[in-house]
Amino acid sequence: MKKEQQLDLYHQMVLIRRVEERGAELYQAGKIGGFMHLYIGQEAVSTGLIAAREERDRVITAYRDHGVAINCGISADAVMAELLGKATGMSKGKGGSMHMADTSKNMWGGHAIVGGHLPIAAGLAIGDQYAKNDNITICMFGDGATNIGYFHEALNLAKTWGLRVLWVCENNQYGMGTSVERASAVDDIRQKAEGYGMKNAEVDGMDVMKVYEATKEALEFIRKEGQPFFLEIDTYRFRGHSMGDPERYRKAEEVKKWQENDPIGIFNKYLLDKKIATRKALDEIEARVEEEVIKAVEFAENSPEPAPEELFTDIYADTEN
Amino acid sequence: MAKITMREAISQALMEEMDRDPAVFIMGEEVGVWGGTYAVTKGFYDKYGPDRIKDTPIAENAIIGGAIGAAMVGQRPVAELMTINFGFSAMDYIINQAPKLHYMFGGQFKVPMVIRAVGGGGRQLGATHSQTPDAIFAHFPGLKVVSPGTPEDAKGLLKSAIRSDDPVLFIEHATMYQVRGEVPEGEYTIPIGKSKVQREGSDATIVTYCKGLELSMKAADELASQGINVEVVDLRTLRPLDMEPIIESFKKTNRAVVVEEGWKSYGVGSEIVSRIYEQAFDYVDAPIIRVAQKEVPLPYNRTLEQAALPQVADIVSAVKEVLK
Repeated sequence: MKKEQQLDLYHQMVLIRRVEERGAELYQAGKIGGFMHLYIGQEAVSTGLIAAREERDRVITAYRDHGVAINCGISADAVMAELLGKATGMSKGKGGSMHMADTSKNMWGGHAIVGGHLPIAAGLAIGDQYAKNDNITICMFGDGATNIGYFHEALNLAKTWGLRVLWVCENNQYGMGTSVERASAVDDIRQKAEGYGMKNAEVDGMDVMKVYEATKEALEFIRKEGQPFFLEIDTYRFRGHSMGDPERYRKAEEVKKWQENDPIGIFNKYLLDKKIATRKALDEIEARVEEEVIKAVEFAENSPEPAPEELFTDIYADTEN
Repeated sequence: MAKITMREAISQALMEEMDRDPAVFIMGEEVGVWGGTYAVTKGFYDKYGPDRIKDTPIAENAIIGGAIGAAMVGQRPVAELMTINFGFSAMDYIINQAPKLHYMFGGQFKVPMVIRAVGGGGRQLGATHSQTPDAIFAHFPGLKVVSPGTPEDAKGLLKSAIRSDDPVLFIEHATMYQVRGEVPEGEYTIPIGKSKVQREGSDATIVTYCKGLELSMKAADELASQGINVEVVDLRTLRPLDMEPIIESFKKTNRAVVVEEGWKSYGVGSEIVSRIYEQAFDYVDAPIIRVAQKEVPLPYNRTLEQAALPQVADIVSAVKEVLK
């Protein structure tokens, strides 16, 4: 990977972190409503994944979607505006934290029903297969989603029909407050892909370059073979499941242990050790991010509320009947 | 005008739209090699091949969820539910995903998908396979729910449904595939969201749809032989609901009976009656009566099943009651 792209990835990861930290403050201040699930700790996963895609490859994810949105090229301004429910958000303030999408960036949402977007992801790939192109759909979901029926119907169909889907299980060790061992028949989640005869791999999700390399390989396989691939990415969320999480289910030492493996810290060290960047260059990126976040919050706060008539727009796409 | 069956009308609509638009394809259980469990897609597999007539696993979430995804990227899938009862397995997609995606993402996504579903009782299929749960689906903004009662409407409405940019649930009745009716020659469509007067009359108004239309037209014949002339208004679309012909008819007759095959409680009839009272209270000359299914899970035994389902005689006596 070229130096410029590596620095760009670093920028994306820091931007996600700072946008979310600021988002958490705005949530506490009552400016963001509903449920909000932070991606902090998992930034290397979507950053590495999405860096490896081609523009024509589609991305679809669950409700922990702010980072994915930023990696897909959606601006911090638009993310912040959607969080604040403003008319300038990409879903016009009607979707909120869990429903970020921008079809022009090939980002197909933020979906809030656990596992519910997996058959839809298969469907995106059905559409591409029907159109006889070799676009790939990258579908991200948590470990918790692998225990629900949707997962199994979607994987079975993808393998049976030869759909070009990269199934990405972000194994952050907990489905809400229930650990993998307490919820899943197998701890090693990719065994479930084995059950469907699906090629699979596992990668360390705290190292963005490892995620990138593993994704490149997986995408190459999918594109060439016309078959799905299952990638299990081990990661950890540093914050609670959502903003209202008492975190009674895990010990502070466990969180601390993972936090020592901060994906941003790991990448920072990598860039310095390999002499890809100077400390000054990385500091500059961080300073730039601070400014971007300040600007994004200003943009969102100064943006208009959705007009009252927006309540009744977009119920149907047809202009008549 | 040619006289064809409901089955032929639906088949023709599918075939014409597939020939017209290469984005249209069919997916569902046994739609291909088998030819459709109600033989609606008989011959399609040979004509269009496996890419356009997709036999799916028995996996309703994959069928409807998959169709939604394909629709989002610009295809026009027609997903078939072997029976509407199996739709309950895919409820998340039918009521919680498809109708929300356009609105929730600020108009970015379109879901031009049709779900064809077979509903209704009368074939001794037992309680889990015989339901008429149309009202449940019609509850949700964002979904269009169509349920025709004649071959002409079935063909014209299905063609409109396939061309619609919105998700449409198209409900057919399991006992009506052999019903014959006149269908216009050549190309035509019928707009979604328009009720229709299927029979004119001046003494009372019957509001109904789908199987209820078949029963109501028979009841109207019987009543006519006794000198009572009823007007029959067919909803054809449950959402968006067109009240105009109903209110117009009611203002003329001042008396109404609402007929549906589903259960009375929280049903389609409840909605229609409420709206008549809201919109035409000053014209009410008698309490409006609902004819509907008895409040029981539908039994297998033929006599018991028929006793639970609304019958022509029930409609005849309801009309006489509102005319008292």
